[in-house]
Amino acid sequence: MTATPVLLTLAAALLVVGIAGVLARRNLMFMLISVEVLFNAAALAFIAAGAHWAQPDGQIMFLLIISVSGAEAAVALALMLRIERHFGTLDIDAARTLRD
Amino acid sequence: MTLAVMLIVLLLGGVVAWWSEHGDKRWPRWVALLTVLLSLLFGLTLWASDGAWRSELRLPWIPRFGISLHLGADGLSVPLILLALVLGATAIAIAWPIRERPGFFQFNLLWSLAGMVGVFCALDLFLFFVFWEVMLVPMYFLIALWGHEHRQRAGTKFFVFTQASGLLLLTAIVALAFVAGDVRGQLSFAYRDLTGTPLGPAAPWLAAGFLAAFLVKLPAVPLHTWLPDAHTQAPTAGSVLLAGVLLKTGAYGLLRFVLPLFPETTLAWAPWFMGLGALGIVYGAVLAFGQSDVKRLVAYTSVSHMGFVLLAVFAWNTVAWQGAVLQMLAHGLATGALFVIAGALQERVHSRELDAMGGLIAKVPRLAAFGMFFAVAAFGLPGLGTFIGEFLSLLGAFRANPVITAVAALGMVLSAVYATALIQRAFHGAPGPHVVRDLGRRETGVLALMAIGLLWLGLAPQPVFDLAAGPLQTLAGAGG
Amino acid sequence: MNEGVAGLLWLVPALPLFGALLLGLAGRRLNDLWCAVIACGSVGLSAALVCLFGSAYFVDSVPQLQTLWVWFDADGVTPRIALRLDGLSLIMAVVITGVGFLIHLYSSGYMAGEEGYARYFAWLNLFVGAMLVLVLADDLLLLFLGWEGVGLCSYLLIGFWYRDAANGAAARKAMIMTMAGDLPLVIGLLLLFSHFGVTAIPALMEQATATWTDSTTLPITLALLLLAGAVGKSAQLPLQTWLPDAMAGPTPVSALIHAATMVTAGVYLIARLHPLFVLAPGVLSLIAWLGAAGLLLAAVSALVQTDIKRVLAYSTISQLGFMFMALGVGAWTAAMFHLFVHAFFKALLFLAAGVASLSLGHERDLRRMGGLRTRQAWAFWGFLAGSASLAALPYVSAGFFSKDLILAEVWQRGRGALWFAGWLGALLTAAYITRAFVIGFLGKACTRITRETDGRMHLPLAVLIVPTLAAGVFELPIGAGGARLFSDLVAPVLPAAADAGHGGWGAMLAVLAPLLGIGMTWYLLRVRPAWSAAWRTSATAGRLSAWWFHGWGFDALYERVLRRPYARLAARLSGDPLDRPFTGLGHGSYRLWHLLSSSQNGQLRRYAAAVAAGTAVLLAMVLP
Repeated sequence: MTATPVLLTLAAALLVVGIAGVLARRNLMFMLISVEVLFNAAALAFIAAGAHWAQPDGQIMFLLIISVSGAEAAVALALMLRIERHFGTLDIDAARTLRD
Repeated sequence: MTLAVMLIVLLLGGVVAWWSEHGDKRWPRWVALLTVLLSLLFGLTLWASDGAWRSELRLPWIPRFGISLHLGADGLSVPLILLALVLGATAIAIAWPIRERPGFFQFNLLWSLAGMVGVFCALDLFLFFVFWEVMLVPMYFLIALWGHEHRQRAGTKFFVFTQASGLLLLTAIVALAFVAGDVRGQLSFAYRDLTGTPLGPAAPWLAAGFLAAFLVKLPAVPLHTWLPDAHTQAPTAGSVLLAGVLLKTGAYGLLRFVLPLFPETTLAWAPWFMGLGALGIVYGAVLAFGQSDVKRLVAYTSVSHMGFVLLAVFAWNTVAWQGAVLQMLAHGLATGALFVIAGALQERVHSRELDAMGGLIAKVPRLAAFGMFFAVAAFGLPGLGTFIGEFLSLLGAFRANPVITAVAALGMVLSAVYATALIQRAFHGAPGPHVVRDLGRRETGVLALMAIGLLWLGLAPQPVFDLAAGPLQTLAGAGG
Repeated sequence: MNEGVAGLLWLVPALPLFGALLLGLAGRRLNDLWCAVIACGSVGLSAALVCLFGSAYFVDSVPQLQTLWVWFDADGVTPRIALRLDGLSLIMAVVITGVGFLIHLYSSGYMAGEEGYARYFAWLNLFVGAMLVLVLADDLLLLFLGWEGVGLCSYLLIGFWYRDAANGAAARKAMIMTMAGDLPLVIGLLLLFSHFGVTAIPALMEQATATWTDSTTLPITLALLLLAGAVGKSAQLPLQTWLPDAMAGPTPVSALIHAATMVTAGVYLIARLHPLFVLAPGVLSLIAWLGAAGLLLAAVSALVQTDIKRVLAYSTISQLGFMFMALGVGAWTAAMFHLFVHAFFKALLFLAAGVASLSLGHERDLRRMGGLRTRQAWAFWGFLAGSASLAALPYVSAGFFSKDLILAEVWQRGRGALWFAGWLGALLTAAYITRAFVIGFLGKACTRITRETDGRMHLPLAVLIVPTLAAGVFELPIGAGGARLFSDLVAPVLPAAADAGHGGWGAMLAVLAPLLGIGMTWYLLRVRPAWSAAWRTSATAGRLSAWWFHGWGFDALYERVLRRPYARLAARLSGDPLDRPFTGLGHGSYRLWHLLSSSQNGQLRRYAAAVAAGTAVLLAMVLP
């Protein structure tokens, strides 16, 4: 019972870390890692909530999140490779092709 | 049946002309010319036939919504159909040397022409709207693909104006069908079902939707501003069709739909629209005088002349309407010819600026002679069709509202101002340095025919009046 | 009259029109001789036909009416292409075809070697045809067709020498100023047609006199509107300023169009529609005073002109003022008689001036002409005869009889002030034409003769001298035989002229006016030249004569209040201000696009920040 606030606080901290990472890092690799941290923050929150209410839904959502993040990571890594080849860098600010 | 055949001939001819481009670059123009002449032949049989409705055809199309393929031509449609086809042939003859994608050009021209003919004979409002669009979209391509330096901008402007007003038209048509359907207990888009149905308080709103589309097309000041750009930038053939026929669809729409569908509303609004017509006459004439681009000048004269039509349509009497019909025909010929001349000038002087011309009477006497003839026609010299049109419009309008008519008559003086300015700047004055060749046989023939047509309309226009008398009398009956 | 011949009336206007068509279509392929033959031949044939009809009319006084076709029938408005030959139109047709033929003949010599010979004759023929339509029309709308037709020809012929922009400006001015008069005329026609529903002139007159009463609003309005048209065409105040500038055209054109025929169309119109004007006596009075004012102002302007053609142009305005004065007092016949006589002597004056200035290498400045009696005898004697008639030299010139008739009519109606204005006008007329003759034709020779003129130009002069001096016999005052040929001819159309002349000292004064004018001018110019020189050099005279020279400043006024403001307005509007809302709409959407597109900048991290911020805001909104 007492673990729930701690877990949620941890999840919130992870979320903040993840968002800060996405916003602050320009290297796509680190942004991807930050996104994974964000996923884990969400997943942790689900686990905590599931444990709190003694329901299996949280674990189901956890499994879903894990698989989604795995798929996401695969696609993102593939994109990263393409971007690296195309722009010669992983700096996301340089990878801009939209024009005014 | 004749009408359906005519439309099919034009539509098929367009496809064949496009396809024939693969054979030889010269084939499309022959295909197009033959197509139009064949349709013209059918058109002449329409003229020769009797009865209030010549050649009516009605096939079910979407019976669930009361939509049918209903075509019919009366004395109001026939002269305009003939005008469209004659000017269509003119346009093809003028665009004879076109080299860039001639097949697609002729396809657009013929389809636009088919749309115009369809507009003039559709008796189902939904079908009317379909033809309305068929007429406009190919015209957009003519302007945007074969036009002059700012063709994209002018084409887009044309498209936006016509589509925006067309949307209002469509909304009004559908709403009208529903309102009338409620009254009659059955949904129908048929013209004859809708006229005479009491519409109650919805009538002004519906009338406004119709008016928006037709006044943009006419064009009535202040909705005219697409016209100078489109006419100036369009290729000569496009300008001829635009000024000669397309504008008349607006006037036709007013006479065919707005007045009979909403007689009370339009009668109540009549003074306002007559005033708008008079404003257009004066405004167009003043602006024509201020232009230095010859095509732009001619475009503004169109605004001025179509003001007479608007004035006459809302005068609500048959004399004025007869004048409006004749004015449409005469203006089609005169302004069409002026655009041919403007195109010929541009082709020879490589500029549309009047300042680059001058003294052309010495170098191209034939072109100058035609130019002066049609400039004189533009200011309505008695003996030419434009005079009868303007005079009867004014005479009918005078009965309705003398004060507005007196203002409108000012257009006759102002048109002399711009016409003489045009003659002075293009044909009189000291000849410039350029070496130019005179009109060829093809252009001379076309212009001579148009000149003869104007003289005919000016000296013995009775056949036109006889044609239009029946429908106009019916219309006058509708107004009570 | 023979039925078969009567059916040929349509040929009178059709022949010149056909000539014009032929010359217009094939003119450039014909040589000059053929052009001249076609032009002169068609007008000559037309003149012969008019003579034939005229002699028949003289005998039986039966008007001819020929309806060619119904122009159109638009819901009861049924104008006809119909011609009517009665006394009034016969007089006009005689003048148009007779003087017209002579001027065609003259032109064939005058214009020899000019570029556009065929074009010139095509337009001149077109003019004669249109003018004949105007005077023969039985239908008011057909009359208007001729009316605008002659205006167009006048425009084209004034600007015939198109290379000079000044000629084009003069032509446009003529066109636009007469159109300014035509605008009220058209409104008048609309009023008339919509009121009565018919367009035939006799029917209109009949219905108007039957249904309208004197001096009510409708007839007065209508008379004013029609008057405006006549004023524009006949170059009367306040629309007179185009006529002096119209002298930019070739001299035969000035003679035919701007002296003998077209400018008299206004007089003809009022005479033809006089029953309408009778219903508005106030307007008649206005006509008389406009005429008197024009007569005096133009005569004074003519006194100080240096260009011989401008002298004659102002003289035409002035003489037309005489005719308007006669119309205004209801002396229709007197007005028409003066029109008739004026056509001959003014054409003669123009043609003689044309011969003189052509032989001097297109010199039109009076001060550089001079000494022509022996060197250019044709011009000299022609101009002398014309001047005598214009000055109304008593008893030996036709002009005297016609002018005297007008003055007598005014006198008889007891219009003292008007009579005095007319009398003063007669005096000034004599003065200015004597001045022009003395300076331009007498005195020392200043310019060498560079071109010989030929018989084609001399013959018309010789022929025109006869009516110029002798046309008075058609209408003589009681004291001098009392022939009434002219009045009898027009009697079925126009009320007859008064029988008695001036009577008493009025007649004496009328005879005295021209003599006084001639005598004073002669004295000042030939006997005491020092006086006039001293007067000319004084400052007041300089300013006054500059003012008169420029036609009393009307031009400057119109330039300032009409032409320039209109040009400015057109220039300001030329960009089409009504387009601004629409271009504004376009610019607005562009700006909106610009604004929104800045959010789509491809910066992944900004997107992420936006998503985060958006989520935070949403959560804050959703959570209590």
